Amino acid sequence: MNNYKKNLLKKRYNAERRFQWYGKIAIGLALTFLAVFMFQIFSKGYSAFQKTWIVTEVHYDKELLLIDAESPSKDDLENADYYDVAYKAMTSLDPGLPEEEDRQLIQMVSYKYETEVKDLLLKNPDFLGKIVPIKLTASDDVDQVHKGNYPRDIPEKNRRVNDYQLQIYDMLNERGDILSEFNISFFTSPDSREAELAGIASSFMGTVFSILVCLAFSFPIAVLAAIYLEEFAPKNKFTDFIEVNINNLAAVPSIVFGLLGLGILLAVFNLPRSTPLVGGITLSLMTLPTIIIAARASLKAVPPSIREAALAMGASNMQTTMHHTVPLSMPGTLSGTIIGLAQALGETAPLILIGMVAFVNTIPGTPVDPAASLPVQIYIWSESAERGFVEKVSACIMVLLAFLILMNLAAQIVRHKFEKKWS
Amino acid sequence: MSKIKAENVNVYYGSKQALFDVSIDIAEKEVTALIGPSGCGKSTFLRCLNRMNDVIEICRVEGSIKMDNLELNSRKLDVVRLREKVGMVFQKPNPFPKTIYENVAYGPTIHGIAQSKEEMDQIVETSLKKAALWNEVKDRLDEIGTGLSGGQQQRLCIARAISVSPEVILMDEPCSALDPIATAQIEELIDDLKKEVTIVIVTHSMSQAARVSQKTGFFHLGKLIEFGPTDKIFKNPDNQQTQDYITGRFG
Repeated sequence: MNNYKKNLLKKRYNAERRFQWYGKIAIGLALTFLAVFMFQIFSKGYSAFQKTWIVTEVHYDKELLLIDAESPSKDDLENADYYDVAYKAMTSLDPGLPEEEDRQLIQMVSYKYETEVKDLLLKNPDFLGKIVPIKLTASDDVDQVHKGNYPRDIPEKNRRVNDYQLQIYDMLNERGDILSEFNISFFTSPDSREAELAGIASSFMGTVFSILVCLAFSFPIAVLAAIYLEEFAPKNKFTDFIEVNINNLAAVPSIVFGLLGLGILLAVFNLPRSTPLVGGITLSLMTLPTIIIAARASLKAVPPSIREAALAMGASNMQTTMHHTVPLSMPGTLSGTIIGLAQALGETAPLILIGMVAFVNTIPGTPVDPAASLPVQIYIWSESAERGFVEKVSACIMVLLAFLILMNLAAQIVRHKFEKKWS
Repeated sequence: MSKIKAENVNVYYGSKQALFDVSIDIAEKEVTALIGPSGCGKSTFLRCLNRMNDVIEICRVEGSIKMDNLELNSRKLDVVRLREKVGMVFQKPNPFPKTIYENVAYGPTIHGIAQSKEEMDQIVETSLKKAALWNEVKDRLDEIGTGLSGGQQQRLCIARAISVSPEVILMDEPCSALDPIATAQIEELIDDLKKEVTIVIVTHSMSQAARVSQKTGFFHLGKLIEFGPTDKIFKNPDNQQTQDYITGRFG
């Protein structure tokens, strides 16, 4: 082998080695970014799954509750006045506190503490007249102090928790009366202006309904369009034009679809504003081209030999399509659909335009109830300054990511389960 | 007796002409072999007989093809009915990715041939027996047809084709993807089938044409060069080109 050939060979090997390194570096970078992102989200958000409680004692005094009856009924308990009882439960933490300073203690629990006091008695009517321990949701500030997110060594006037409250907190903490438990209410409560009470139930249900509506609208239309275009439509300039337009539609920024939803669904058809119904239809506009493209690709991937076999048996075009081509293309179509839905799941802009950004503190029961959605909830919370919402944003992102991962997993499973071998 | 009579058939793919004035008489209950080098138009002609060229949009067929006085090259013809009478077996085995039973039962189902489950079972069994596959698959009819070996798959395709009792079966190089043993089985099968059906087979194997057919047509560059009894074509052809092809001098 002469020198020229040797050099050429060496160059070729070097080029290949270099190319492999570029690939490895690219993957390494991508993984690093992913790791940083994940670390950010998790380190900020994991504490949102913990809820801080303050334990105190409540005396269900019949006189203070304004209950006259000897053996009060459920209604009596329901209508009793819990203000004083709840107030006393908190102020009893420091009996020496002058009355005008009592707000400092009350502020350490959520504004719903009266309801919590009431709920405990409604659940256990035999507590009436007794002194029992009670768990009250700690306020956002105490919650953050307990989670160690608030520095304590800065001057008092820069702190949201004053020295007195810190003193009470330390006392309670020493007694073991500050509890940290899994935050169930994050999943069961609707949104709230108070970080310690805010949950994702309403936005989660909003997302679920939106996705279902989106699926119900986009899947049948997209699949029928794909089947017609791929199997029946004549191949001419007009169908080419449609194909180009579908591809273009897939690239239209989602906010444009939001404007369309606003202009047509809300203004012309007068559908209820801020509802998953409108959100779902708007999202389905976005999902349609994705599903059509996926469905057409998987119809195209069905080997022509299967079509020929069916046609040669005397099956009509319709029978060939419905009996053979469509079933064989379903795995691809379904996984394309799920990926389209997963895209729709993360959409924020169009939903903001059709009003799903409204503050909703009820849990929607149907697609025509006002609701938010998970990505919009992230957007809403990210605009709030309280430290409690910062961790909630990250926690909400985690839920959204989990939802996305589940859907992509479903797409994989569908693909593997229904994929059939053909020769 | 003539089953299919083609007269002056011209086929165009767009502006390219693929067949030139092909006229041929295919006799009933005989095997007619079509031979010739690749791209000579023999498959194109075969696909005219069950209108499979309809699938190709740019394809245009001119001339007359009559089967029992029924004009096949007519826009009014119901291709579904035609394909029930003219079955086809393809070059590459193409069973449906369904069970063996479903593969054979598909034709009778869509044409409404079987009235009951028992009748269908009977049709499936007879078809598989005629295709010499019954003994190999009778215990696993609910297995996927694409899981069989190549030769078995092709016999399954033949069973599928005969399940609707066609009058004609077209075979487009049915053995080109098979090993010699499977090929021998298919050839035996063709011999049996010709008692009941008319068979037209396109093949690249000269020896196969000689073994299975009674008539042979030689195509070259879209023209039917010579057509006649197989013995004559192979032993004493009239045309020099046929002679050259058969002796392996070109093609």
